[in-house]
Amino acid sequence: MQRRTFGQLLAAGTGVAALGRPAVAADPVKIGFVYVGPVGDFGWTYQHDVGRQAAVAKYGNAIKTTFIENVPDGPDSEKVIADLANSGHKLIFTTSFGFMNHTVKIAKRFPKIFFEHATGYKRDTNLATYNIRFYQARYVQGVIAGHLSKTGIAGYIGSVPVPEVVQGINAFMLGMRSVNPKARLKFILINSWYDPPKEGDAAKALMDQGADIITQHTDSPAPLQAAAGRGIKGFGQATDMIKFAPTTQLSAAIDLWSPYYTKRIGQVLDGTWKTGVIWGGFDSGLLEMAPFTNMPADIAAIATATVAAIKSGKNKVFTGPILDQAGASKLAAGASMDDAALNSMQWLAQGVEGKLT
Amino acid sequence: MTALLVSVIASATPLLLAALGALLVEKVAVLNLGVEGMMLVGAIAGFAVAHETGNLPLALAAAIGAGMVMALLFAVLTLTLRANQTATGLALTIFGRGFSALVGAGYVGIAAPTLPRIAIPGLSDLPFVGPILFGHDPLVYVALAMVGAVAWFLYRTHAGLILRAIGDQHDAAHVLGYKVIRIRYLTVLFGGAMAGLAGAYMSLSYTPLWTQDMIAGRGWVALALVTFAAWRPFWLMIGAWLFGGIMYLSLYMQALGVPVPTALLSALPYLGTILVLVLISRDRRRIRLHRPAMLGRPFSAGG
Repeated sequence: MQRRTFGQLLAAGTGVAALGRPAVAADPVKIGFVYVGPVGDFGWTYQHDVGRQAAVAKYGNAIKTTFIENVPDGPDSEKVIADLANSGHKLIFTTSFGFMNHTVKIAKRFPKIFFEHATGYKRDTNLATYNIRFYQARYVQGVIAGHLSKTGIAGYIGSVPVPEVVQGINAFMLGMRSVNPKARLKFILINSWYDPPKEGDAAKALMDQGADIITQHTDSPAPLQAAAGRGIKGFGQATDMIKFAPTTQLSAAIDLWSPYYTKRIGQVLDGTWKTGVIWGGFDSGLLEMAPFTNMPADIAAIATATVAAIKSGKNKVFTGPILDQAGASKLAAGASMDDAALNSMQWLAQGVEGKLT
Repeated sequence: MTALLVSVIASATPLLLAALGALLVEKVAVLNLGVEGMMLVGAIAGFAVAHETGNLPLALAAAIGAGMVMALLFAVLTLTLRANQTATGLALTIFGRGFSALVGAGYVGIAAPTLPRIAIPGLSDLPFVGPILFGHDPLVYVALAMVGAVAWFLYRTHAGLILRAIGDQHDAAHVLGYKVIRIRYLTVLFGGAMAGLAGAYMSLSYTPLWTQDMIAGRGWVALALVTFAAWRPFWLMIGAWLFGGIMYLSLYMQALGVPVPTALLSALPYLGTILVLVLISRDRRRIRLHRPAMLGRPFSAGG
């Protein structure tokens, strides 16, 4: 395993490329991972790295993994991906939405190398995409918030207004309103996936405006810590953050990449890898909820039942009638939204306050 | 409204702590642009010690010490070896960023004890003023007390007079027998201590985590504040609240549903800094009146 931060990579110039050597049959198959945050973020990137480690544990000396952390979204990522491709990696996972166009470009340049892009929607013969239906977990969180919130206002910290973030905001609102039809959701987009001081500030701003449940689509435990400071409850993100806020975290959506990573790496090893698309929810084993804590037992039971209903397909989360902010119908009663509509979501559900900018 | 003011005071505290140190350093006519770097090193030192020992006073001492070591490095280079202060300060910031990231690599994503809030039974529960005045963590009060202390020192003590004299005319001060270099060393070290403390506030109270570059430009804002306040401690406090307020309000406004692009909101504190500096520098007289005349100029006893 090689660990390099983006900064070190820049300093070293073509550091990774220099390590490359022609692949010989007996050599381990090299697998590359490009991370947007640090592996120690205890959120998004941390969970991806747990997946990488699971693959290492399973395949041992048959593979050799490289990861590069702290790679910023945008053009810089292209050089990093190209370096991995140039240095003999057979399969490269890129794990941020902002890497999409750059992964597409490099995949075209290296048709013999396999690429996997998380959370994107552009595919190619050698580029697959994989993602988790995070919105399912958001709905469960919303149901819990609907029961626990006294002010009827929840606060949501997001990063950038991409469809995945919008899905989360709307799913949370739908879940919350399924319990409390007057519930409201305020949100702040901080324009970053990982910026703890700002995430904490955003949580404070939301609490200052009456939110008494905090949830986040950014990657650090800072919002939970800010909530703990005010005696307000919240949710962890991407991983179980209970140790940062033992009396605050209600639950957390946990991303489980390990099954996918081990499966896909195995397919490269036995030569059966094919492009494809995976968008898995509770039923896929890629998503689960952390234990329901800091809440009454009856609400924990309701939350568990909600997870079961979504898992069985009985509850599809985005099921009509759904109204937008202005009260216009977005989905007729009884209908459920298809993946194409979910993946282009740019409207906010009734009860959500604020605008997507 | 109350909660808003509480948040703004918290947001202003790291700016105030770092800027007070920088103010005194500039008053003795040394320009140390390494505040951001010293804050980062202070933040990781404080966090690491808090995590390893669980002892918060020790952690604060470590942060202060780390800031002072960084400042000492700057002092040796610029005061003894007479390197260019601007370049050395910039280098100190770049070094601090890299060094703190290196040391901090093992501390990302772990928890450490946080500074306790001082709740005074009865007083903290007073309506409106209670939460604003009481119930903060100790460093908030330290920052406010330091405003008074620095002002008193500068304008009411003999030592403060000497310090200002060196800042305005170091040759004359030297002729009068004052140890220009020694006093500058001590002041630069004080600046480092304050920056280190400001860093510890970030990593032990404001966001009790360590993350790379977590100071996020606050060191630069602190430096700008010194100019904004025209080197006067009381105005520095007003400025810190103003800038802390802008940083915080950019998020607060968004939650209110004000339709401003998020990228613009993120840039607001920095745009504010530039705007204020432009406005301030239009008033040449005010700047000349308070700006230490020797700012950034090296001194050597040989002349």
